[in-house]
Amino acid sequence: MELKEKLVSSFLAFENNIDVDSPVHDIRSEAIKQFEKQGFPTKKEEDWKYTSLNAILKHDYSVFPKQENAIEYRDVKKYFLHDIDTYKIIFIDGKYSSHLSQTTHDGMDICLMSTALTKPKYRLIIENYFNKATTNDSLPNLNTAFSSEGAYIHIPKNKLVEKPIQILHFSTGNESAMMLQPRNLVVVDENSHVQIIERHQSLTENPVLTNSVTEIFAGKRAIVDYYKVQNDNKQASLVDNTFIDQKQESLCSVHTFSFGGKLTRNNLNFFQNGERIDSTLKGITIIEDKQHVDHNTLVHHIEPNCESHQDYKGIFGERSTGVFNGKVVVEKEAQKTNAFQANNNILVSDNATINTKPQLEIFADDVKCSHGCTIGQLDESAMFYLRSRGIPEKEARALLMYAFANNVLESVKIPELKARINKLIANKIGVNIGFEL
Amino acid sequence: MLEIKNLHASVEDKNILRGIDLQVNPGEVHAIMGPNGSGKSTLASVIAGKEEYEVTEGNILLEGEDIEELAAEERAHKGVFLSFQYPVEIPGVTVTNFIKTAINETRKARGLDDMPAKDMLKMIREKSEMLEIDRKFLSRSLNEGFSGGEKKRNEIFQMAILEPKLAILDETDSGLDIDALRIVANGVNKLKNKDNAVIVITHYQRLLDHIVPDFVHVMYEGRIVKSGGKELAHQLEEKGYDWIKEEVNA
Repeated sequence: MELKEKLVSSFLAFENNIDVDSPVHDIRSEAIKQFEKQGFPTKKEEDWKYTSLNAILKHDYSVFPKQENAIEYRDVKKYFLHDIDTYKIIFIDGKYSSHLSQTTHDGMDICLMSTALTKPKYRLIIENYFNKATTNDSLPNLNTAFSSEGAYIHIPKNKLVEKPIQILHFSTGNESAMMLQPRNLVVVDENSHVQIIERHQSLTENPVLTNSVTEIFAGKRAIVDYYKVQNDNKQASLVDNTFIDQKQESLCSVHTFSFGGKLTRNNLNFFQNGERIDSTLKGITIIEDKQHVDHNTLVHHIEPNCESHQDYKGIFGERSTGVFNGKVVVEKEAQKTNAFQANNNILVSDNATINTKPQLEIFADDVKCSHGCTIGQLDESAMFYLRSRGIPEKEARALLMYAFANNVLESVKIPELKARINKLIANKIGVNIGFEL
Repeated sequence: MLEIKNLHASVEDKNILRGIDLQVNPGEVHAIMGPNGSGKSTLASVIAGKEEYEVTEGNILLEGEDIEELAAEERAHKGVFLSFQYPVEIPGVTVTNFIKTAINETRKARGLDDMPAKDMLKMIREKSEMLEIDRKFLSRSLNEGFSGGEKKRNEIFQMAILEPKLAILDETDSGLDIDALRIVANGVNKLKNKDNAVIVITHYQRLLDHIVPDFVHVMYEGRIVKSGGKELAHQLEEKGYDWIKEEVNA
């Protein structure tokens, strides 16, 4: 049976296990209907022209985790940002792991989607926000249909969340192939500030396909910093669908670090529903082998006096392929918009490919929009400079690549995370960057 | 130390060096002067091993060894250092990391282990004091946003750290105010000893008041057309280059 049919028929079984009186029941039923109509995206669709899901859809995925698996903290510690205190919402094969997690209900809710979807106390938030920022596309619809678990974060107004929140999804490989559909909801009220780190990690070589949806609602003057660490093993694929709804004067940033995985597709959507909003989208992609990373971004400028900043860098080795498709829409009312977009790439091998496509749709007349993409090699005068100081060609190349990628990290606000990513980049590229003064 | 014989070099089929002969012995300071476009910077780049330039004739010998076929980094490992006229900005690599990489790669090429961090810090501290370089400067990105003077001081700082046998200073005086010029010149003079040599490429006499040359050469149209002692530089300062051009053209 094809995966699509398998999923559609599983929906009945899934419904038997959940509360049909839940406020999301109708939303799920509608979503599976839409998915059934839409099917998985194919290369015939403009947005999927350079990314084919065929190879990863052919596995016979288990779509529900059958059993709960335990893992020891010491075995997975390295995937945590463990040198600072954090909240943790941890899942193993899609199931919540209480012994690895550290949640809270003290003045805010940093907990589970399953709790939020079933307990009356959360009903209002769910009614107001759940599935309100998503678009009617097949993969978000598929996730919505099966949405039952993930992270639920609600920060009431005027609250500075002092510890970052880590959301980690482990897969243990107990199933020969596993499909996961985590669903996260983040609601940050007026004047509040939160930092979130998300990571998906497969612990075996068995294929994993994750189709995740994260909805983020940033209230007036809220600050949300979201970091996605994509360094999974080469049998794991990820489609990340993130939707961010911003109210006036809010600041939201998403940094995406894509170093691992077989196929990674990031659908990152920002909707600016208010004035003087600032949105930042940054990414570093460093891949090799036959890895594929696709960044599909949308910034929708709806109201006046807002800004968006996009800066994506990529280094592609061996037979890897990259895609950057950055869409910026500026509505007629959105005067005085400043929208910047840059996508710079280095192809290290003759067999690597990058497809980069800026898409600007501007209906306002008093705006500043810029975009630039480059695909190139390293600067030869910089190479000569380094080599004339005794740094051999290979090391000089690595140092320049490191420098090229590294300056995206300047806007990372968690120093320990910055150091960690810095190290990952150095390892990936093969430079030995040591002590600092 | 350095022996250049009948050196011809071209870039994109354009002949720039047309037969240079130059002998530099340990302990000597040579100044190379000349009008714009005479080939001075090309000569510096060719000695340092810039790949864009093709040596079409002649030899470059360093301590008797032909270095023409060596890569830029191999020449650096043998003790050649070029202070750039326009040092390249490299955002994302700090001065310290750059220096550390340069030192350890050079040591590796000479069969030595990495320099212990403690020794390196000590050396960096000493040399930065000598060139009056602020500690904060060391954690900045290499040359990024540096003023002209800071860039040149940073070049001489690297020279001080790498302790080359042959240092070529390409227009190190351009863009320097008088204080920076003094600091840079003092640095070079402190590094000078009987075993190393310096080639100073400059348009003007003023640097040569501080770094006093043993020999002055004038380049014109890809050749050394006149050589003399330090008084030649004074003559050029006074009379310009026209008389040299006339002599050559006659």
